[in-house]
Amino acid sequence: MAQFKGTERYVATRELEVAVNAAVALERPLLIKGEPGTGKTVLAQEIAKALGYPLIEWHIKSTTKAQQGLYEYDAVSRLRDGQLGDPRVHDIANYIVRGKLWEAFEADHPVVLLIDEIDKADIEFPNDLLLEIDRMEFYVYELRRSIKARHRPVVIITSNNEKELPDAFLRRCFFHYIRFPDRETMEKIVQTHFPNIRQDLLREALTVFFDVRNVSELKKKPATSELLDWLKLLTIEDMPPEALRSQDNKTAIPPLYGALLKNEQDVHLFERLAFLTRRKV
Amino acid sequence: MFAPFIIALRAAGVPASITEYLALLRALKAGVAGFDVEDFYHLARAALVKDERHLDRFDRVFGEIFKGLESPPGTAETTVEIPAEWLRKMAEKFLTEEERAQIEALGGFDKLMETLRQRLAEQKGRHQGGSKWIGTAGTSPFGAYGYNPEGVRIGQEESRNRRAAKVWDKRVYKDLDEDEALSSRNMKVALRRLRRFARTGAATELDMPGTIGATARNGGSLDLHMVPERRNAVKVLLLMDIGGSMDDHIRICQELFSAARGEFKHLEFYYFHNCPYERLWRENRRRKETEKTTQEVLRTYGPDWRLVFVGDATMGPYEISQPGGSVEHWNEESGVVWMGRLTRHFRRAAWLNPVDQQHWRYTHSIGMMQGLMENRMHPLTLAGLESMARELAK
Ligand SMILES: Nc1ncnc2c1ncn2[C@@H]1O[C@H](COP(=O)(O)OP(=O)(O)OP(=O)(O)O)[C@@H](O)[C@H]1O
Ligand SMILES: [Mg+2]
Repeated sequence: MAQFKGTERYVATRELEVAVNAAVALERPLLIKGEPGTGKTVLAQEIAKALGYPLIEWHIKSTTKAQQGLYEYDAVSRLRDGQLGDPRVHDIANYIVRGKLWEAFEADHPVVLLIDEIDKADIEFPNDLLLEIDRMEFYVYELRRSIKARHRPVVIITSNNEKELPDAFLRRCFFHYIRFPDRETMEKIVQTHFPNIRQDLLREALTVFFDVRNVSELKKKPATSELLDWLKLLTIEDMPPEALRSQDNKTAIPPLYGALLKNEQDVHLFERLAFLTRRKV
Repeated sequence: MFAPFIIALRAAGVPASITEYLALLRALKAGVAGFDVEDFYHLARAALVKDERHLDRFDRVFGEIFKGLESPPGTAETTVEIPAEWLRKMAEKFLTEEERAQIEALGGFDKLMETLRQRLAEQKGRHQGGSKWIGTAGTSPFGAYGYNPEGVRIGQEESRNRRAAKVWDKRVYKDLDEDEALSSRNMKVALRRLRRFARTGAATELDMPGTIGATARNGGSLDLHMVPERRNAVKVLLLMDIGGSMDDHIRICQELFSAARGEFKHLEFYYFHNCPYERLWRENRRRKETEKTTQEVLRTYGPDWRLVFVGDATMGPYEISQPGGSVEHWNEESGVVWMGRLTRHFRRAAWLNPVDQQHWRYTHSIGMMQGLMENRMHPLTLAGLESMARELAK
């Protein structure tokens, strides 16, 4: 079986590789947690590419129900068709809407199934999917038949930790927590996105970036995606590295900071800090 | 063969089960980890730990159990490399003239680093691995540096030595452990817990009037409308022990709950001193003007309010049990009577105690209060906050 490894597009630590390969080998879900922007969602795409499987993505919202992943019976459409005298109304199968799990189970090639941000849903959500993910099978009452996975999909589940997940659910998963990348790893990540970036610019930018992250009062700390956006702007503007250097990075406003600080209050905070240092000088 | 490992993990509070143990064995058999110890460490962790808060405990147990499994010749058991250059830079950046002079007085940087290394080693030897004095500003010379092991690695310029220290010995997940006291540092996480508690239920419900209206407009063809369920139904009454040793904790609690204010339907604060009696007040500085009788509080807030006490419950036993036991006024009725009234009225109540839970049993009054609370006292830690929330959500 193909193994998952970091690629020129995605930097994977050895611990991440081990966790992914364990989950793939044992056909168990892999639960991925970590700060926003640490590459949880992208990981599933990379795993799919590495294994050569198609990716099916199920993005969870606060209103998502477990049943929607299996199938939904669209009673309202049927009622409407009934009122309009549409002949389709006689076959209930016309009103069964397949969910992502169904899609993944019936695919004639193994797939990677991403259940993204599972913690967004109601607290019961993971429990409701327990059996189906375990047995890779479920029953459709309306059609009186069960849907069984032809190939067990590789299931990747991400969570931002908004809700606790039930123990029974956790016991069935492998788990990996992506730590916020240290400078060295971050340098590699940036290089996968900007292979031709000027080294001196990168160095200065990373210093500013980690300094900004160190300001503890920030409401939202910039993460990888913000850094990448910012670097893109810096390169487009052809910003000289010197422009990033300043006496005290902690309190100066970095150029094009709009890309790093998305929160209005944080921008104000920075402006205030910069004002204070300017007065001190 | 790893049974002692699993047992030790469980003893350390990592809830690894047989299911997970078997998964680990199977993965080993499938050759996921090869023969590399570090791989084995990663694999065991992915199989046995399901919560980042437990990663640090896992690291400690792993280090303990697999001691000597891999000690490359020449590396001492507890080496953690602290690059001198980095320390020096940090010092230059953050220390005042005066502080630098103090360092010189301690014997200079080299001496300081030697001490730091020793302390780290000692600290690792102690089993709870708390960071009581390394990193505590003021009490330890290292506090001024804002020293933390992770910080060291960020500034590390050469990675020559990185493999020398074992990964699990680096304890990089320490900050995620929950048994740490509530502080401004872990406030964000705490807040998330609290919010989760404030938001009950989710989803949508059928909007009957909307549906009927729309269906009628539609000429009788069904047109369903949904509305979000009402959220933020939770009302919280916070009673806080004010004065003396409690001030810092009270401030943090107040900040915490205030920050979550938007999430609660209602949130009210009152103060007491040591033990609640017949009077509570809203502002400590204007105590007299803002005073209310406890009876009135009981009348004002219905039983659907959640009652949360914050206090160390540390006092003379008579302050709880005796009429007139209060240290600052004559109370006609004892604390026991008042606690009884409060907990009977507010069915859902909890007590948050900043005192380290391990020490509770040494203080008689804590035990008494715990009894009056019917064991619903929780430590003022992230985990405690979580268990309080679970308790109150019932
Ligand atoms: N290890 C990595 N290698 C390469 N790119 C990465 C890596 N980690 C993150 N990125 C980049 O960072 C950005 C954010 O990643 P992604 O959206 O997957 O994060 P996430 O953890 O899912 O965040 P959220 O919790 O906000 O959903 C993407 O542009 C991604 O390409
Ligand atoms: Mg994502």
